[in-house]
Amino acid sequence: MAEMEPIDREEFRQEARAWLKANFPPALTNVPGLLFQGDAHAAAANDDYQLWRQRMTDKGWGVPTWAPRYGGAGLTEAHGKIIGEELAAIGGFNPIRSYGTMMLGPTLLEYGDEAQKLEHLPFIASHERRWCQGFSEPGAGSDLAALQTKCIDMGDHWLVSGQKIWTSGADQADWCFVLVRTDTERKQGGISFLLVDMQSEGIEARPIVLISGSTHFCEVFFNDVKVPKGNLVGEVNQGWTIAKRLLQFERNSLSEVKADITPLAPLAHDYLGTDALGRVDSPDLRARMVRNAMRHEAYMATVRRLAAEGKNGGPSHGVSALKNLWSGIIQERAELLVEIMGAYGLGWAGDPYSAAEKEATRAWLHSKAFSIYGGSYEVQNNITAKRTLGLPG
Amino acid sequence: MAVLNEEQTMLKDMASQWVRDRLPVTALRGLYDHGGGGLSGSDGYDAEAWAEMAQMGWCGIIVPEAHGGADFGYLSLGLVIEELGRTLAASPLISSALVAASALRLAGTQDQQARWLPGIADGSLIGTLALDEGPHHAPERTALAATASGDGWTLSGTKRPVQDGMIANLAIVAARTSGAPGDRDGLTLFLVPTDSAGLERQPLDQIDARRPALYRFESVNIAVNDVLGEIGKAADLIDAIRDRAAIGMATEMLGSATQAFDITLDYLKTRVQFGAIIGSFQALQHRAAELFGELQLTRSAVETALAAIDADDPALPALASLAKAIAGETLHRISSQMVQLHGGIGMTHEHDAGLYLKRARVAEQCHGSTAWHRERWARLNGY
Ligand SMILES: Cc1cc2nc3c(=O)[nH]c(=O)nc-3n(C[C@H](O)[C@H](O)[C@H](O)COP(=O)(O)OP(=O)(O)OC[C@H]3O[C@@H](n4cnc5c(N)ncnc54)[C@H](O)[C@@H]3O)c2cc1C
Repeated sequence: MAEMEPIDREEFRQEARAWLKANFPPALTNVPGLLFQGDAHAAAANDDYQLWRQRMTDKGWGVPTWAPRYGGAGLTEAHGKIIGEELAAIGGFNPIRSYGTMMLGPTLLEYGDEAQKLEHLPFIASHERRWCQGFSEPGAGSDLAALQTKCIDMGDHWLVSGQKIWTSGADQADWCFVLVRTDTERKQGGISFLLVDMQSEGIEARPIVLISGSTHFCEVFFNDVKVPKGNLVGEVNQGWTIAKRLLQFERNSLSEVKADITPLAPLAHDYLGTDALGRVDSPDLRARMVRNAMRHEAYMATVRRLAAEGKNGGPSHGVSALKNLWSGIIQERAELLVEIMGAYGLGWAGDPYSAAEKEATRAWLHSKAFSIYGGSYEVQNNITAKRTLGLPG
Repeated sequence: MAVLNEEQTMLKDMASQWVRDRLPVTALRGLYDHGGGGLSGSDGYDAEAWAEMAQMGWCGIIVPEAHGGADFGYLSLGLVIEELGRTLAASPLISSALVAASALRLAGTQDQQARWLPGIADGSLIGTLALDEGPHHAPERTALAATASGDGWTLSGTKRPVQDGMIANLAIVAARTSGAPGDRDGLTLFLVPTDSAGLERQPLDQIDARRPALYRFESVNIAVNDVLGEIGKAADLIDAIRDRAAIGMATEMLGSATQAFDITLDYLKTRVQFGAIIGSFQALQHRAAELFGELQLTRSAVETALAAIDADDPALPALASLAKAIAGETLHRISSQMVQLHGGIGMTHEHDAGLYLKRARVAEQCHGSTAWHRERWARLNGY
């Protein structure tokens, strides 16, 4: 698509600003969008959220770059970026953002056939269908291609049986994109990419309780599940190529700018007090906080630099290195936050702990996942070493 | 890499080519004796190469056109400095074309600019900043005394290290005109020709084979119109100059770190032990991957800071400290790992790893150490 002229850019910015101002429900200002993204019940129960979702759906701005027939607005990346910036400026969030928009949608646009696109993309664009990612299995984590969930061609349908694990949001999802084994002779070359309706007979999703108390992760059992022939994306045994592409989209969305991180300094003043010079009264903790904050700032400058250079794609641009920087910096910050709160940062429930304290504690526990999912820290380093730096082995 | 315009791309390519041809690491090696110390009698730079740099216009990149420069911006000057950093090229470019030129641009009167900038721009004159006095950068602790005498000033005290101090013709000297060491008030900058009577210079034999100097001022007389900026109120100006100096240094460090990493990566791809290329060992792959990530942060911090000077960004002080601290930490790690990952050969004076390590530590201390800039950033950000 053609680049935008600066003049059009400014005009569109004004237009976006005006529309968002008129349509974003003020009650949702600064409410974390993740709240609704991760919790279907919270989303259904909130009228403001539903209104906002409907308006964005009608406008096509949840997925601005998708074609109108798929529920998008047919705009360029540059337009999309402006919408995102203007939304952030008013403390808003994209109510459509989901696994569907971040992972499956872009993948279907590249590999899906027209019938699959028309059947699924509009429901992703309206966030009426929630998706989950059925990749990992008990014996196939980092070595994802070791997956064994069986998929047999029964002539008029596929028959799927096996077990997935760590499937985020499977208990609330309407559909699941699943990697299945269609050939046992070849490892990577025997995998296919299948779209499965979670209402199908024979599927059972059992929530798993994580250290943070979250139960959004499930084991999913497939017991002779029948799946229509038309639900296989791309060719039979092409699934690994498609999955790798999808994982790239996932990594990109993971390392997006997290600009909403509040500075630790004021909190540290409250919890630790200040010395005679007005500095945080713990030289060691202060030094570690400052180093983390500086790395965070340099990380944000890196995201901006790579965007300006037009680099947000594959491993040659260091996506894996970026993901490790991001997870490392955010995890360290989460550790620092509970350390700043001291004994108050160690509560699980109850009045004596403030909501912010309890949230910090849970967020710290949850942050441990950042270096495990989307490719673990070690696996990302393997990718950087081999693909970006060209090291052998 | 920052997004460059056509002229900047040409400048970068030219600098890259010239530095590799004319001042490769072997040129720096020529400034060392066989025992690993600086060659006796050396000036710590290559005067002929410096003349060529001047010929190419590099000394005048940030100097206004009216004074013989190109007024081409700090980001452009940074392109050259980064290339020089790659091969550890020893030259007074930062001291003169960046630091001294910045000082005059920031606070010089018309007359002062007309007197000094054309010489800086054409390389016939080398300027430098004489600020630090002790083991650590601490401008407010300046003790060198300036006392009023007649219609001028008399300077007495010492400065060390003065970067490129043995070859500089002009020193911009921070002195105390009132108050006591520790006060931000009472600081004044003076433009001092280094051949002034009463100024004695002693070379410092430093690990990086450069020749910074120890300056002793014994009743050096300064004319009243050689005051740079306001009397007694130079603290903010000193910060502004030092911030530009620190960003220049961080840019050199980015170049050095990038090259040290590239050399090390090449070694990981060729050295064989246990029947395998050592770069196939996962422990070393991960170390390389992590250092690569740090380099990404460093490039972003440095380029953001350079652009901030050109844009007159009010966030410049914090961005300068961010760039210097991040570059300091990264170069420290990479230069140490360069030795480690080369094994025994990395310990020899014959190998370049030691040269990167030595320059890294000097650069870290120059114009505010990593720790100093972290502390400053912390205060600017309310910690
Ligand atoms: C919060 C969360 C959400 C998730 N959501 C989903 C989801 O929605 N859908 C889905 O399919 N999956 C999901 N996952 C699963 C995730 O992708 C896997 O956990 C991940 O791929 C790691 O696999 P594993 O847990 O089997 O660990 P393992 O692969 O067994 O790893 C164990 C350890 O060994 C290390 N290791 C493994 N291989 C190597 C190697 N070659 N070199 C060096 N070290 C190595 C790992 O880095 C790790 O430290 C989620 C996980 C978490 C924690």
